[in-house]
Formats: sequence, C-alpha cells, structure tokens
Amino acid sequence: MVTDPVPLQLAAEIFPNGISRYAVGGLLVGLGTVVIYLGTGIPAGASTFLESTLSYVSGQSRFQQYVSSRDWRVVFTLGIILGGLAFAATIQSGVITTSLYQPGTTGELYEIGGVTLWSTEVQAWRLLVGGVFVGIGTRIGKGCTSGHGVCGVGSASKTSLVGVVTFLAVAIATAQVVAALGVGP
Amino acid sequence: MSRNRHPLFMPVIFVGGLIFGFGLGFSQMARPEVVLNFLQFEDFGLLFVMFGAAIVSGIAFAVMPRIRDSAPLTGNRYERRLKPFDRNVLIGGAIFGVGWGLSGICPGAAYASLGVGNVTILWALAGMFLGAYLQGRWRSRAASTDTVAAGAD
Repeated sequence: MVTDPVPLQLAAEIFPNGISRYAVGGLLVGLGTVVIYLGTGIPAGASTFLESTLSYVSGQSRFQQYVSSRDWRVVFTLGIILGGLAFAATIQSGVITTSLYQPGTTGELYEIGGVTLWSTEVQAWRLLVGGVFVGIGTRIGKGCTSGHGVCGVGSASKTSLVGVVTFLAVAIATAQVVAALGVGP
Repeated sequence: MSRNRHPLFMPVIFVGGLIFGFGLGFSQMARPEVVLNFLQFEDFGLLFVMFGAAIVSGIAFAVMPRIRDSAPLTGNRYERRLKPFDRNVLIGGAIFGVGWGLSGICPGAAYASLGVGNVTILWALAGMFLGAYLQGRWRSRAASTDTVAAGAD
C-alpha cells in the first residue's frame, strides 16, 4: 500500500477540494480589479453599490453622496452577475473542462436551456438575516471582502487589515456558534 | 467627472466586473456553503482567493503610481485605497462578520451567485439593501441633527 507523505495528507485534510480552483479564481478576481484600476484609477469595492443604488429611490443625504458614481457601480455589478453567468454557461455546464477546476458537491445543480445552474441549500432566513447584518456592517465599516479584503489589503492599508481581521474573526466565531447550535445547511 | 467620460470608461468597468464575477464563480465563493465550510475550518481554500486577489491587485496598486500619474480614462490619480481608521471600522466589521458568518455571503459574491443561477440569493440581496437602507437613514438623520442646530424642527 502506498501512502501519501505527511505534508500531502495534511494538505488533503485542510484543502479537501484542492487549491487550484481557489487560487485561479482569486487571481481572476484580482485581475478584474486591476483592469478597472488601470483604466480608471478606481480601486473598486462591491458593497458601495448598495448605497449608491439606493440613491435612485431615496433622497436621504447618506445615499445622495454617491450620485456621481452610481451609474458605473450598476455597470460593475451587472458585469459581476454576467461574469457569474458566463462561468455557469462554460465551466459549470461542462462546455469547457479544466483540471484546475474541481466542482465540489454543495447545493443543487439544475438546468435551463442547456446551461447548468446552481442553487444553494442554505436556508432563506439565514441569507435574509445575514444579508441585513452585511448591509449594515459593510456600510458602517467602510468596506467588505472586496473593498477591504482585496483592494485595501492590496494597498497595505492598516485600516483595511484591521477591518479584515475583525470581520474574519467575528465571522468564524459566528459560524462556529451557528454550527454548534445544529443549524444547517 | 460624469459629464465628459471617456467612451471606454463604462466598457472597461463592465469587462472588469465580468472577470471579477467569473473569478468568484470559479473560486466557488458564489456558493455560501463553501464560505461557511471555510469559517468552520473544514476547507481553508478561501484564503487563497482573498490573498491571491489582494496580491494581484496589490502589484498594480504599488506599481502604477510609479509609472504614470493618472489613469487614461478618467484622469484620476493612481492612488492606493487608504481609508481613515476610526471606531466604525471595528463596529461595522464586527456587524458584517456576524452577517457573513450567519449567511456565508458578502456583497460581490452575492451578485456573482445570482449569475451562477442561485435565485435563492435574492433573500440575501434583499437583506443587504434593507440593512444599507436602515443604516443610511439612521446616519442621514444623525448627520442632519449634527449640522442643523438642535430645535430646528
């Protein structure tokens, strides 16, 4: 019997789905940020879209400060959605296969018009309540996983590093408590 | 800035968003389950996504200001993303952490999740807009009572 050397066993344990899909995906997320930055000088984050879009329907002063950027933020978000769809129509559908991608077994796959789509099994109340906290928290805390986590950390910003450590630590604690309470998925 | 935008401004934003969203799909961050697995220490792959992306963008943030003064499509100066630190970064970060840990969803990944077919994510998006609206209302009110002297109404 051939056993993997210890480091490989350890890697298989903490990375049960390998690392390539994460690393390649992360490089692409960074590349998307870079394309926008090179062209426009804007280090784009995803959460300001929430407030800037609310400026279309609410006159609150807090939202009106984003009027000048709200149109491109809509375009950015539309790009992200369609980027997800492009991924679904190619790799998720198996039209393009690559050894760098491991599909995993979470959630449910379904098909519409030859495109393999994916849907979560995480309960609706968790998404809704969690979403409210995310909406409040990212706006008070000046950024989210892309604003602080990608652009801020990429800028070696101390504020963003503190922000990332804070939300990462609290999220880990929250998820552990929720799991310990037996809530799932 | 919005008046005389370069004709390529919006296309570049859109293409950047496309690559960004494709990457979120590929990395499985558009799946709340995978994020929750990370937070429960079952799969540490998320670290590669966040730091991989930060390294790539970090190279651009470090190099571009040395090569050029301003971006071709906007004339904006190439600067790093530096936000002032205050208590809100901790408070907001902690609130965001509760939401992220409960749902496994953050804003960018939620948009991409809709794209990969996860219609259920509309619950999270509704929640995010509601949360952003609540805090915006509260802050607008706090700001107006700060600037307009007490007893204005």
